[in-house]
Amino acid sequence: MNGGFHIVVCGSIVPDPLQTLAPIEGPTGPALKNELMLPAVLDPWAGHALYEAANLAKNVPDSKVWLVSLGPKAKLQQLMMSIAQKVSFELVVLDGPAGGFTDPCEVAAALAGGINGIAGLDRSRLLLFGGCSSASRDAGVTMQMVAEQLGIGDQFLGVDELTIQADGSMKLLERIEGGQYQVSTCTGAPAMLAWATGNLPEPPNNPQIGMMNMRTVMPALQKAQPAPVGAAGVSYLGVELPKQRRETRIVKDLSVDEVAREIVEWLKG
Amino acid sequence: MDSSSSENRGTELMSTLPGDDVRQIMWRFAERYEVQMVVQSARSLARGVVARLVAEGARNTHEWNDKKGQLLKGFDELGLTSVFMDPEEGGFIAGPKNLVLALMAFELSWVDGGAATCSLASNLALSPIHEKGTPEQRLTYMSRCVPPLPGEDRKIWRGAFALTEPLPYVGVDTGILSGRMRVAEWEEGQEPLLQVEKRGRFITNMGFANFVTAAVDSDDPRIKGSAMVILEEDDPGVFDRGATTLKLVHQLSSTSDPILSLKVPASRIIGGYTIKDGVIIPNCNHGDVIESVFRRTRVPVAVMSSAKLLSAIEPVIRYQRTRFRGGSASSAGSPRYDLGLQQKEDALQRLVDVWAAGEAGAALGFAAARLFDEFDPIEREKDKLLIERGITGSRAQMKMFKEVEKSALEFVALEHQPAAERDMARYQELAADTLVQYLVKESQANVLCPACKLWNTGHGATMMREAVSLMGGYGITEDCPGFLTQKWTDAQLEATYEGPEAVQRRQLSITMTNELFLAQFRLWIKDLYAIATQRPGTGANALANAMELWLWTLEFLQKSKDAEGKALYHSQRHGVVFPFADALCWLLASRQQILDLLELEEKGPENPVVASGLAGFVNFFSDLCHVQAARSAGEAGRICAELVYGYQRDLAAINADDTEFAALRHKADVSMAGARLFKDRAAAAVSKVMIPEALDYPI
Ligand SMILES: Cc1cc2nc3c(=O)[nH]c(=O)nc-3n(C[C@H](O)[C@H](O)[C@H](O)COP(=O)(O)OP(=O)(O)OC[C@H]3O[C@@H](n4cnc5c(N)ncnc54)[C@H](O)[C@@H]3O)c2cc1C
Repeated sequence: MNGGFHIVVCGSIVPDPLQTLAPIEGPTGPALKNELMLPAVLDPWAGHALYEAANLAKNVPDSKVWLVSLGPKAKLQQLMMSIAQKVSFELVVLDGPAGGFTDPCEVAAALAGGINGIAGLDRSRLLLFGGCSSASRDAGVTMQMVAEQLGIGDQFLGVDELTIQADGSMKLLERIEGGQYQVSTCTGAPAMLAWATGNLPEPPNNPQIGMMNMRTVMPALQKAQPAPVGAAGVSYLGVELPKQRRETRIVKDLSVDEVAREIVEWLKG
Repeated sequence: MDSSSSENRGTELMSTLPGDDVRQIMWRFAERYEVQMVVQSARSLARGVVARLVAEGARNTHEWNDKKGQLLKGFDELGLTSVFMDPEEGGFIAGPKNLVLALMAFELSWVDGGAATCSLASNLALSPIHEKGTPEQRLTYMSRCVPPLPGEDRKIWRGAFALTEPLPYVGVDTGILSGRMRVAEWEEGQEPLLQVEKRGRFITNMGFANFVTAAVDSDDPRIKGSAMVILEEDDPGVFDRGATTLKLVHQLSSTSDPILSLKVPASRIIGGYTIKDGVIIPNCNHGDVIESVFRRTRVPVAVMSSAKLLSAIEPVIRYQRTRFRGGSASSAGSPRYDLGLQQKEDALQRLVDVWAAGEAGAALGFAAARLFDEFDPIEREKDKLLIERGITGSRAQMKMFKEVEKSALEFVALEHQPAAERDMARYQELAADTLVQYLVKESQANVLCPACKLWNTGHGATMMREAVSLMGGYGITEDCPGFLTQKWTDAQLEATYEGPEAVQRRQLSITMTNELFLAQFRLWIKDLYAIATQRPGTGANALANAMELWLWTLEFLQKSKDAEGKALYHSQRHGVVFPFADALCWLLASRQQILDLLELEEKGPENPVVASGLAGFVNFFSDLCHVQAARSAGEAGRICAELVYGYQRDLAAINADDTEFAALRHKADVSMAGARLFKDRAAAAVSKVMIPEALDYPI
């Protein structure tokens, strides 16, 4: 491989997890009440992927990061005001719905199309990053489908760690059952990594980074292609919240042990 | 009469709390991405580090300590320290920064006012240098205060601003200083060395400041007048940070009473100096410096108090709704369970009052900040022009501006004419005239700044108490979500520092009678009547009538005498001019609130996110405008009535005036028709609006 990695991160918005999420029947099928108006955050798993990508790009010279986002343009723009301050990337926007009721196959096709359209992307250096899961969709298959459509056969799911070894090969830790990791080695790009949480904290905001990113972010938003993904052919029989009611309790002055004990007791019923 | 509008705009209620997209339009920074980023940055610090500090009890100590020091690190790392600087000094935002600093203060004080003070105080220290310093002074100190870039090894400087002195010296009255400067050494052809003595009281940032900008007077015939000087911690002499102030508010800022006795080169005089006949003449006296500093720095303080009112809404709604959950008397799905205290009309309506006051204050504060963003470059341009034309000295300037005022009045009149009817050539000529524009903007700034500092903080503190009371006993505990009691008591400092209410009222009593301001005020009334016809639900009619009443009362007060034959309108007659200034503030805040609503209504459809909920937002904010306009008209009417009648023993003395006043007052009163119905609808929206599951910062 010549030069560093070309890392493409797929990630979009989800409603801020503190918001009340109430399913409703919208004009085009199920939706969340007031979804467009609720504040949104970067899907947490995609966030981990983005921060890992930026970190990798920082450590491997001549690497570059793209963030490919399928979501409502205006919401993405708002999100960029914080995300674009955290790490450097070039944004590719696909203007479409980002709710939890789209079909992953359609979403994957749109994302693959977006990636295919990136000028200057070197497929031989491509690392396709994304979340192994999502806080709203959580189909658990989107990244694999994108990879398949891009012809990337090396796929790793639930990744928590990526190490570039001295010979340039990649060592990967994937989550498997029982709190264990499966360790794999891959000779190099191209590969797809669907991240679990990774190991990095959320980078702090830095408006100076943001201002630099903005030079490309705003034009990207302006020339966003419409991507009217949906769930053609799928009919939802019903959508409801999990039976267990969400109860947010805020406790202070309780030791970790005590908190753990309470949770165990609660789980035991 | 204002009762038909609810049908016109549908009955849609606001469905969520207003988010960033809505605020960006209302406060006019939808196109300014750098500003939006600073907002996000400040918010992440406020709802992270700052909220944790408060939740962990960091406010329970007076002293500055390492834990509180995390704040400074946060400001540096998140880019907030360098917001104040220009790019050539190491900052990243070019141009005026009043709006962005106000927004930063808004975000920080949403959680804790002290954190906002701490961030603003460094800028306050730099402001004398920024406003009046020599180019070298500016570059030196501004760059030193920028956090080191990665790979750079240098200390970051922080400053304190020392004007206030131990009793009996400088407080409200800043004219007479006890701080002194003398010539310590002055060798032929060399820079003079000054011995500076300054004792400060209640000086913010003093626990860690590396430099102080201090106001001092001459104690030496070889120095003329007063100045502000820069004192550094390593200067020879005493740099004693002094006793910590035992304040009970804003504990995330550092305050103490420093003792400074230092020898410094005369080049530390802010703005430089000239030597004439063996006497050092500072180019700027301390009065000039602080005037240009305070008129900018007071605006973010005003915004702080309003931010706190708006921050109280969500925790109060949550408390009200969940008040009866879990008990045997209410089962899930019952109104008592779902609505809790929001079943009660008073609980909802008082929250509407808090919300309306927060909106009006924010509207006024941000309008003032934007005005200064426009004013800054014009003022600099004016300074340059005056130097070029050799117009120095206040008398020469006054004479010249007297002439320019005529053109400024002409410009104001032309600006309010329909474009098709106005003399375009003349209009463009005046629009391009720096001095005309300077006067027009200055006349507004001289009113809006003291008005927002006075009203937002003073009335804000009262309304913050209302917010506390809506939480019952929980409101006055340390772990009340949203830190409401802390915000309430903090508001008293916001009303006090950088000039307490008396200072603002004193300034207003002079600036609000400026003919150029009044000319604009009259046109604003006309505009509001026009708004009232098109958008009757906003309360614009009540407001316009109250403004007319205020204007009439001003003329009455200026021409009339009291029962003892003493003139009524006199700057020393605080009993007249101070409440009259208060009345104006109510009106100005309400007006700006309506203008922000119109902006949202006009620009909202351009943003698909806002558009999806626009009808509900417009209805709700319109109702809040109406609630506030009715209250403002009421306050203004009451004050005007007290001033018109309160100084007379025999009404026959003002017979004709009485008739006129009564007619105007009646007009203002009846224009409140429908106002309470709008309040009912606002209350209904508050009972239905969706709120998040939990507060997004620790408690
Ligand atoms: C926590 C804190 C931080 C501060 N930070 C700074 C700082 O960084 N730098 C700095 O220089 N100062 C600072 N100050 C000082 C602050 O600006 C002063 O406290 C304020 O200006 C009022 O002065 P004073 O306390 O001496 O009140 P006084 O002058 O004693 O006034 C008390 C009251 O008397 C009345 N009054 C006084 N004079 C008049 C008048 N002429 N007309 C009408 N009424 C009048 C008013 O009601 C006034 O509120 C700070 C204060 C505090 C509490």
